[in-house]
Parts: sequence; structure tokens; C-alpha cells
Amino acid sequence: MEQTNFLLVGVGGQGILTAGNILANLGLRAGYDVKKSEVHGMSQRGGAVNSHVRFGRTVYSPLISQGEADYLLAFEMLEALRWVRFLHSRSVVLVNEERLPPLAVTSGGAHYPDPGEIHRELSNRADGVFFIEGPRLAQELGNPRVANVVLLGALSTFLPFSTELWEEVIEEQVPARHFALNRQAFCLGRVQIRKDDG
Amino acid sequence: MEALVFCYTRNKAMGRPMLSGRKECRVKQLLSGNEAIARGAYEAGVRVGTAYPGTPSTEILESLSRYPEVRTLWAPNEKVALETALGASYAGARTLVAMKHVGLNVAADPFFYGAYTGIEAGLVVVSADDPGMHSSQNEQDNRRYSKFARVPMLEPSDSQEARDMTRLAFELSEQFDVPVLLRTTTRVSHSHSIVELDPAFVPPKKDLPPYPRNPQKYVMIPAHARPRHVVVEERLQRLVAYSEETPLNRIEWGDRRLGIMTSGISYTYAREVFPWASFLKLGISFPLPAQKVRTFAAGVERLIVIEELDPFLEEEVRLLGVPVHGGKDVFPLLDEFNPDVVRAGGRKLGLLSEDGPAPPPLSLELPPRPPVLCPGCPHRSVYYALRRAKMIVNSDIGCYTLAVLPPLSTTDTMGCMGGSISMAYGVELAGRPERAVATIGDSTFYHSGIPALLNIAYNGGRTIVIVLDNRTTAMTGHQGHPGTGIGTRGERLHEILVEDIGRAFGLKRVFVVDAYDTREMYRLLKESAAAEEPTLIVARRACVLLPEARARRGPAYWVDLERCNGCGLCFTVGCPAIFKTTEGRAEISPLLCAACDLCAQVCARGAIHSGND
Repeated sequence: MEQTNFLLVGVGGQGILTAGNILANLGLRAGYDVKKSEVHGMSQRGGAVNSHVRFGRTVYSPLISQGEADYLLAFEMLEALRWVRFLHSRSVVLVNEERLPPLAVTSGGAHYPDPGEIHRELSNRADGVFFIEGPRLAQELGNPRVANVVLLGALSTFLPFSTELWEEVIEEQVPARHFALNRQAFCLGRVQIRKDDG
Repeated sequence: MEALVFCYTRNKAMGRPMLSGRKECRVKQLLSGNEAIARGAYEAGVRVGTAYPGTPSTEILESLSRYPEVRTLWAPNEKVALETALGASYAGARTLVAMKHVGLNVAADPFFYGAYTGIEAGLVVVSADDPGMHSSQNEQDNRRYSKFARVPMLEPSDSQEARDMTRLAFELSEQFDVPVLLRTTTRVSHSHSIVELDPAFVPPKKDLPPYPRNPQKYVMIPAHARPRHVVVEERLQRLVAYSEETPLNRIEWGDRRLGIMTSGISYTYAREVFPWASFLKLGISFPLPAQKVRTFAAGVERLIVIEELDPFLEEEVRLLGVPVHGGKDVFPLLDEFNPDVVRAGGRKLGLLSEDGPAPPPLSLELPPRPPVLCPGCPHRSVYYALRRAKMIVNSDIGCYTLAVLPPLSTTDTMGCMGGSISMAYGVELAGRPERAVATIGDSTFYHSGIPALLNIAYNGGRTIVIVLDNRTTAMTGHQGHPGTGIGTRGERLHEILVEDIGRAFGLKRVFVVDAYDTREMYRLLKESAAAEEPTLIVARRACVLLPEARARRGPAYWVDLERCNGCGLCFTVGCPAIFKTTEGRAEISPLLCAACDLCAQVCARGAIHSGND
């Protein structure tokens, strides 16, 4: 695998930092140089959150350049659109079907884009756009918080790493009592991708 | 993995190895810059670590507290932290003190005299700057402090350097008898990169030396300080010589047509964008190695300086009379860098070809998503009452500053830690007819609000002070403080309550209210507005994210759609758990609702009910 850039975006509290940790440690275990960058503090309070993860032989910048995200993992649908300037034509975009309207929509008059609009805007820019039923699957598993690992399961179908390696890393990065649940979430995510959809 | 023995350990068990019986085992771990600083300090045999939490520095002390050998503590503020650190260092213990950039303003006084006295055992002061102001009130460039106080400064570019330079900083501190400034930025502190380390490494134990009875060095009366200033300037010359020799300041020859001088995180962006160029990479960016700069400049056709924030290096280079062919004229002084910013500067200089056509803009406007107070945040109900009371609100640093944003829109001023109380008192002294209220978080009150309250108690007046006591330092991730009596490792310490401090100051009007009770808060504000003496209100309720609050959380509230007429009053509390249905009525997310009751208190039609009803 050449230098590969992953951009994880969503809303504070969606498990983005955990997903970023899993992904970055996967790269480390697979023998890559890895950098990961995110911001803590005030912006985490329900605001837009992002995590940059980069694999390569040597990675200098911890931040991805615009137009260079190979994978965009959007944990919330609107947030996928906020980062389109990072996409290139061969990017893979995985969109969690979670809709979290910001206050500007709830108490102001702002418009939350329809799923159709979101799909169109993304498909105009990148080849592979996939919507992932993270919320439904996580709900079925009994814990809405594991939607993040459902998304990683979907991502794993595009990457040359064994399921065993993924599971080892997930086991390291989540509390022991939640591992079984996260493994199920990961497996459900894997079967979400049928490549001919893209 | 090169020739490394790869025995993997968990990040969480940093330094607690699962070893395979080998004598030395180097492993690669992904560490944040902050974790790496803590690791480097541990390996350097640090005995004492102290800090006041502040983004992006907080995790340094949190990580250091995982090493049981190190005595770690949260200080009430950065000045206290640095003075404690100096005391420990004078007494022979290697000490680390960490703070965010503006924290060093608070600690500037001891920072400057520490530069005069020097130290006995290594003292490293970490300043974590926040270019771009992700979580700060300004983006001051603390590299200025190193030149101002004449202390050497190290600037790591990634986590490996953060660990290595921290270890080295303790050596340098002792070699040159000076506190050392280790300066990071958000993207160094909060980025994770690979660090090679031996998890089994245990620093050798050293006995404490005899206490230095050396008043000429440690008692800064003018008669002693004058000769110490001579020492400071002489030391600076020795540091320049070191800066010339050290491999931390290294020339990486590449294409000689372009020479880039840079340091810290900017090095990683510049390397990314100009992989072919020659580099002068500065690990010690003060004092500058003048000779090395001249050698580098003479060896390249065109010298440019790439640095975030101020033209700190550029000014030094220009003072040497060395021409700079690209600096702050193209690489901006404002905001944080990233590869795109550096690339744009390179284009302006004609070093890179113009970009291809820009991708099409989005055909729709996206609603913004600024940070908001959490569902169930105990600050919301206090600010709801304040908005109703229409008073001037002088606020302070913490999550509650978010009350300035719509729909609460209830904050008039905010500038620095502990400033609110004095600011509100100033409004009163100005003789305005409106009443001013200071709102200040509990941790911020202990940080620097106490002398301000003392000022009011001493000089008299009728200012109203609300301490938003959510039982933690919330914004930086729930650190203990004197009001919680909880230490760096979660241990129980002495708990000092706000109301006891107010009463000890002789204040007569001291009240403790449940922060969720917005009606009582409003009543108390009205009553206090009429009072002829100062009022201290402690609005107490644990941060909704604390485990104790989560455990007590009731079932989610719900809206009786028969009664809801869509008046929108509950939308004005700004709770992310309340949504508008397509018919314009209110709906509460059972996932997000934290059962604080504010919306039910606000609803004029009794349409919102507790999940228990």
C-alpha cells in the first residue's frame, strides 16, 4: 500500500477519536510509519470533530492536504459535506446514516440537506460513495455507540489487512467488556459493502 | 520494522511492559506529543511534575501521573505550579512543569527570576502553544519568552523528538544551570506518531544533594540579582556555542537552489511540500546558531523561513544581515499552518507550479456546527436565568463561555482566567445603573478568582458573583482542583469549598443553589440586585459527563404533542437534545436527553414531562 490518508469526521461524542486510534494502531502493527492528528478541548463539545490518520513509508505532516484524502469516513451525514475539499476523484467515501441536526437547524432556520442532495454532492466528486447503516446495526446490537466500529468494518473491505489483525487491534483499543460487541459491529460493517454499489 | 525487536505493548500500559525476558527491548509505540514528553521526563528521572490543566498541554501531567515513581499534582494555577517546580528543583529534584501558552503569562514572574537564579536539579518548563486558537483566547507565540527571559528553547517536531528532547532538556538544564523551555504547539502535542523506546527502562535513582545554602544565587535582592544578570548574559554566550554544535540544529542538504529554515511542526509541513529542498532544521530555536545559519545561507541560492505565528526566526536571521527571500511576506502570521498553507506560500514565491482547476464548490450552504453546551449541562439553566434577568454578564474561561453563542447569547465580556470578578467590580465602580454579574467556573475561581473576590470583600460594593461549581475542571477533560479534593491519580485530598472561602472573607450574602433550578436562580438574582452588599452564589451541580452525574441520570423527558403548540420557548434554551418536528413542535431525543428538567421548567404549557411521569 502506498501512502494512504484517512480523514475521519463527525460530531463530538461519536467515537471518532477511538476509531482513529484503532486505525492508527493498525497501521503501526502493519509496519507503516503512522501519524494521526486531532484536536481536543472546546471543539469536542458537540462541535464538528475530525481525525487525520496517515500511513506511509515516511509520513511527515500529521495533517492531510486538500484533495488528498483517500478515504473519508463520515460519522454523520452533514459532516461528510463539510470536508469535500479533501476528496479526489478516486476517494472512497463511507457515510454513516446518522443525522444530527446542529442547533442552527433546530432553533434557527438553517436547512439540513436531504440524503439525495448529500449523495449527489459526494458522487460528483468521488468514485466510491457508500452509505452505511451504522445507526440501525448498532441499535440492533443494543448499543448505539458502536456505529464507529461498524464503519471501520466497512472500511476494512478496502484495505489489505487481515480480519485477525483488525480484531487484535480493536481488542487493544476498547475496554475488555465491550470487545465482543465491537467485534460483532466490525463484522456487520464488513458485509455492508457490496462493491458494485459504488 | 528495520532491525528492531518488535514486542508490541499497549498504549494504555505505557511503560508497563509485557516483556519477553530479553534484556533490552525496543518497541515502537504510537504516542501523542504530550505522552512522549511525559515518557521523556520519566526516563530522565523526574521526581516532581506539576501543572494547571490547559489545552493543548493537559495530557502531559495526566500521562506523567501514570508513573507511580513521580510525585504529580495539579496546582491551582501556573504561577503556583512553576514556583513549586522551582522549589523542588532548588531542593535537588528534577522537575517538570507544564502549561498552555497563556499559562506562561500567569507564571511569567517566577519564569523570569528562575532564569536569574538557575537551578540545582534539571527544570523543564513546557509551554504548549495553540496556533489557530482551537481552545484559547489568543495565539501568542511563546518563543518570544525564551529570548525575553534568556532561557534556551527546544522545539520538537513529532513525538519521537518530544521524548528525546525532553530527556535532553533535563541534561541541558543542569549543564547550563538554567530552566529550559520546551515549546510545543497543538499539532505536536495532540498528534500521535511513532516513538521507539525501551518499555522496561527504569531511570537510576539518585539521592538528593544537600540543600544549597547559597543566598547569592537564590535570594534575588538587588545586590545579588545584579551579578546574576551578568551570569545570565555569559550563559547565553555559552548556549550559543552549544546551539552551533548540537545535532539538534542540523543541515539536511538537498537541492541547493532552495534552502528552508524551519522548526517545530512547520518542519513537517515544509518537508511534505518541498521534499527536494535543503533544510536547516532547528531543534534549539533560541539561541540561534548564527554561524550555522550563515553557512546554510551561503550554501543555497535562496533562503526562506517557514514558521507558524510570529517572524521569530526571520527577525533573528535578518538581524544577522542574512537576506531572507520569503518569510512572513508569504507564509501568514495568522492562524495555524498545514501543508496547504505552506503550499500556497510556495506558489506565491514561484517555487511551485500553479494548482489545477479548483473542484466545484458545493451547491448548497451547510449549517455551521459550533461547539455547544452538552445536553444536561448545569451551566445552561444558570445562563437562562441570567438572560431573563437582563444583567451585564462578565464571564470567564471554561465551557460556560459557550453561553455567548445563540440562542443563550448571555455574555458581555471574557478575556482571561479569573478576570470576570474584577471586571464586574469595575463595572460597578464605573457607576453604571445596570447590575453586573461575574460568572466563573469552579476551577477558574481557584485559579485566580480568589484574590478578585477578596478585593470586593475588602473594598466593599454590591457586585454579584456566581461560581458555576460543576465539581471538576470540565473543559480540559475533568481534572481535579481544590474544590473537588481529587488529585492527579484520582486520590482523595483536602476539599476546600467556595462558600467557605466567601464566608471566611466575611461575606454575609453567600448562597448555594442547585444549578438546575433556574427559577430559584432567577429569584436570587433579582433579590441580590436589590441588596446593598456583595453576593456570592454557588451554583452547584456536577458536570453531566462525570460518572457520578451519569449514574444519577433519570429517564429521558418527553413532549406531550397534544399540549405542545410549537411556541418554541424550549428551543431558546439551546439544548442539542431538543429537535423541531416537521410540524414545528418540540421533540426530545431519548438518546441525548440528560433529564436536567430545564425545558420542562421553561415550557409555558406544561407539555414536557419527566420520563418518570
